[in-house]
Amino acid sequence: MITFPGTLDDADAARAVRYAGAEAVALWHGDHDLRGVAAVVVPGGFSYGDYLRAGAIASLAPIMSEVVAAAGRGMPVLGICNGFQILCEAGLLPGALVRNKGLHFVCRDQRLRVESTATAWTSALRNSQEIVVPLKSGEGRFVADAATLEELEGEGRVVFRYVGVNPNGAAADIAGVSSVDGRVVGLMPHPEHAVDPLTGPAREGLAVFESVLRVAV
Amino acid sequence: MSAARATGGRRVAPRSVGSTAVTPVPAGPPAGPPAGPRPPAGPPAGPPTGIDSLRPSAQVDTVQHATTDPDRAQPHRELGLKDDEYGRIREILGRRPTDAELAMYAVMWSEHCSYKSSKVHLGYFGRTTTTQMHSTMLAGIGENAGVVDIGDGWAVTFKVESHNHPSYVEPYQGAATGVGGIVRDIMAMGARPVAIADPLRFGPADGPDTRRVLAGVVAGIGGYGNSLGLPNIGGEVVFDPSYAGNPLVNALCIGTMRVEDLHLAFASGTGNKIILFGARTGLDGIGGVSVLASETFDGDEGGKGRKKLPSVQVGDPFTEKVLIECCLELFHAGLVVGIQDLGGAGLSCATSELASAGDGGMRVDLDAVPLRATGMTPAEILSSESQERMCAVVTPDDVDAFMAVCARWDTIATVIGEVTDGDRLVIDWHGETVVDVPPRTVAHDGPVYRRPVRRSDAQDVLVADVPDALPRPTAPSELRAEVLRMAASPNLCSRAWITDQYDRYVRGNTTSAQPADAGMVRVDEESGRGVAVSTDCNARFVALDPYVGTQLALAEAYRNVATSGAVPVAVTNCLNFGSPEDPHVMWQFEQAVRGLADGCAQLGIPVTGGNVSFYNQTGDRPILPTPVVGVLGVIDDVASGVPSGFTRDGDTVLLLGDTREEFGGSEWAHVVHGHLGGRPPTVDLDAERRLAELLADASVNGLLTGAHDLSDGGLAQALVEACLVGGRGAELRLEPQVDPFVALFAESAARVLVTVAPDRVEDVRARAVAAGVPVHTLGVTGGPALDVELIPALGLEELRSAWESTLPSLFGDRAT
Repeated sequence: MITFPGTLDDADAARAVRYAGAEAVALWHGDHDLRGVAAVVVPGGFSYGDYLRAGAIASLAPIMSEVVAAAGRGMPVLGICNGFQILCEAGLLPGALVRNKGLHFVCRDQRLRVESTATAWTSALRNSQEIVVPLKSGEGRFVADAATLEELEGEGRVVFRYVGVNPNGAAADIAGVSSVDGRVVGLMPHPEHAVDPLTGPAREGLAVFESVLRVAV
Repeated sequence: MSAARATGGRRVAPRSVGSTAVTPVPAGPPAGPPAGPRPPAGPPAGPPTGIDSLRPSAQVDTVQHATTDPDRAQPHRELGLKDDEYGRIREILGRRPTDAELAMYAVMWSEHCSYKSSKVHLGYFGRTTTTQMHSTMLAGIGENAGVVDIGDGWAVTFKVESHNHPSYVEPYQGAATGVGGIVRDIMAMGARPVAIADPLRFGPADGPDTRRVLAGVVAGIGGYGNSLGLPNIGGEVVFDPSYAGNPLVNALCIGTMRVEDLHLAFASGTGNKIILFGARTGLDGIGGVSVLASETFDGDEGGKGRKKLPSVQVGDPFTEKVLIECCLELFHAGLVVGIQDLGGAGLSCATSELASAGDGGMRVDLDAVPLRATGMTPAEILSSESQERMCAVVTPDDVDAFMAVCARWDTIATVIGEVTDGDRLVIDWHGETVVDVPPRTVAHDGPVYRRPVRRSDAQDVLVADVPDALPRPTAPSELRAEVLRMAASPNLCSRAWITDQYDRYVRGNTTSAQPADAGMVRVDEESGRGVAVSTDCNARFVALDPYVGTQLALAEAYRNVATSGAVPVAVTNCLNFGSPEDPHVMWQFEQAVRGLADGCAQLGIPVTGGNVSFYNQTGDRPILPTPVVGVLGVIDDVASGVPSGFTRDGDTVLLLGDTREEFGGSEWAHVVHGHLGGRPPTVDLDAERRLAELLADASVNGLLTGAHDLSDGGLAQALVEACLVGGRGAELRLEPQVDPFVALFAESAARVLVTVAPDRVEDVRARAVAAGVPVHTLGVTGGPALDVELIPALGLEELRSAWESTLPSLFGDRAT
């Protein structure tokens, strides 16, 4: 669980990891040490104030060079919201996240369809399963060039798609994508806020964190 | 003892009300910058004329100069000081003040900081607070924010503040820095901020300027609050023509801490260091003090010919987020003796208040203050309201550890002075003393005014203009149309267009947020202990009867908290009024304070703090008197919280409380007839208390499947919201002995709608009878429509469309 200056949802992601039955380990942006973790979550927030460009500065933090190296060795990495933006900026995931179509920040309970269970973070979900997960972002509109989009669709690397409403104008309703090997996943909605009906709209988000426990070593 | 204090209050020149001027313009020719030592009989200073007058070194007015040049003309009036106030400063100091001292006194003795017009009335809160009410209060009136013991070793602090005038001038930054300021007030108590809420009031929804103000304010609150990682869990949005040139942007923050972590603002221990940390100090938010400096309109902030910067401060939420985490780490490491946020009046306020509340004096070296502009004068440095700064008192032994924590968070921290023996606040600049004052005279012993209080004859006319003769709908189809019309009206329609721009989920502890009656957050993950908060004020009721209207605001917030399943424990307030120089406004204010204090005494819950905002008017037209009341409640386990609306099919719908023909100040009279007159609804705080106790009893015992408060728009609106929030209709029958129109639209207080599983109805009914709460069975939940007997059914989709379309069509489509 990486904390950058300006990270906000780190405690929430740590809670979800605990609910899933794993131990959450705090990682600091300025360190070169992954502290022996089996998987990495890059949580949401506004790292470095989103200055310059969301995720751009965080992608250059010391800890990220360790994450990129570990991902190259197959370590599961999940980027949520700002974490997704950081993984795109770090080159671990294709495409980019830009300002919402409506220009406003949007906070809503968003319906998603699971498009791929062949990733490290979705094996506990069912194909085509629909889940409700909070979305809360101002720069959540996924964009990529036509060739990249075609490649993502062709290789089954679109992991989550918005259903019902496309809340930000994302290309092809894309909410989340994966790396070629399916070990790195990024999504704009927040599964860590859908782990307990008391504090979120549902609990299906927990399956994301349970999935990785099946594959992490 | 003031019921509210200046600290953290943000200030713009009150006289800018109703004007779009960004920086107040002095009435007369500004006094020029002092050009070094000047012969006592020298010519009066003129306006700045050339580049020479921009040289900072030539501008500094020291205590030495004040002694050798005692008769120099000073621009005290342009700074807002009356002649006799200026005379008193000279008396206190035994000489004329320096520029820096004058700036400090002017800002600290301003209405916003000194509460000089409200103090004599606010004392009433103290006189009406009983020992029982004090028993759970760990810190109250006079601190940065009130603190309440909520059990299990947890303490909660909460407060509302206004940022009205800046938000009119510059809506985005005004609202953003309003959030930033209240969050720092909460941090200054040693607490972690955990939630915010924003009571907002704007001009008519379709008014020409409302879109600019509302869109900017909402984006500012979201832009700042979302970036801080604080869930926005409540608040209000009200439209009324009286706010067109003077919107109300109030911000509430809740913080939590362990009881032993409570920190208070004072500087004690001779030799202890004063550390300024957070953002650098710049030229933003200097406001009126700029008359002391030379001004030009070209160049940039850092340049020699400085650009004139807006008097509204500019916020940086990233710096504030880091400052929050940095502060909490400092608190937990035990490195802080005393702490104070820098809000209104900046370093002037922080240094004088810390020193005044402590047991010694203080010496500060202004050269040490990290600046982001060159050539700032001491008066500017002391007055700057640059955001995201805190001031701590630290023992010499802990300074290194303190600096190490700040370095870890990349937060600039600088020792700028120390606590001294004696009782003077001494501030040096370039080796010379520019301030040498008794701090209490700056921070606490400001002027006190007993303004004239007079109920205007116009009040009689208002009260006599009863709503009884207003044409009412009677036919079933008319009543149906009225329900739809009301649901779509700007004050009753869905707030989703606004609240969907706020993050309500972050931190993962929010168990209820808008559109629920009260926002609720979990405090302790192990036990589930949590707090609920609601803010309310129907200003039309207050206009009709300030005493009763304020008690109705209290009653509604109290009832909302109880409806959520929590037990109300404490009260805060933000008293927004017109000019205190208007005797009728002072009458409204006096009545409101008395109504609130007496009401709290009757309910047995204390006022722990608050804020006063005067001069909310356009020209000589004051806003509707708007004493926003915030009530905090405690719930042992948030899992027993009662959801809003109809949550299940087949539950019995009960109406608790009695309905009377009460339409004075009602939303119906406002929407349909544009009418304001008569008497507000009766307030019965004993009935409210019995109702709250019944709700607590029933929710703890798991008897309620849902609940919703009746307030603006009456039963009709409560039913519409209960259906739409719960996503299901209901089949209902109105109380037969009440006229259907009255039953649907009257705004009688002390009423709540609850739903109960059929096999628990008798249990609830028996408890209600025992508690002395009237109970009426209305019907059963379920079905695709709100189906009230005698009225053609209202399909949920038709209702939803009416309720949800208004704000998007006025202010632009939702992103969706």
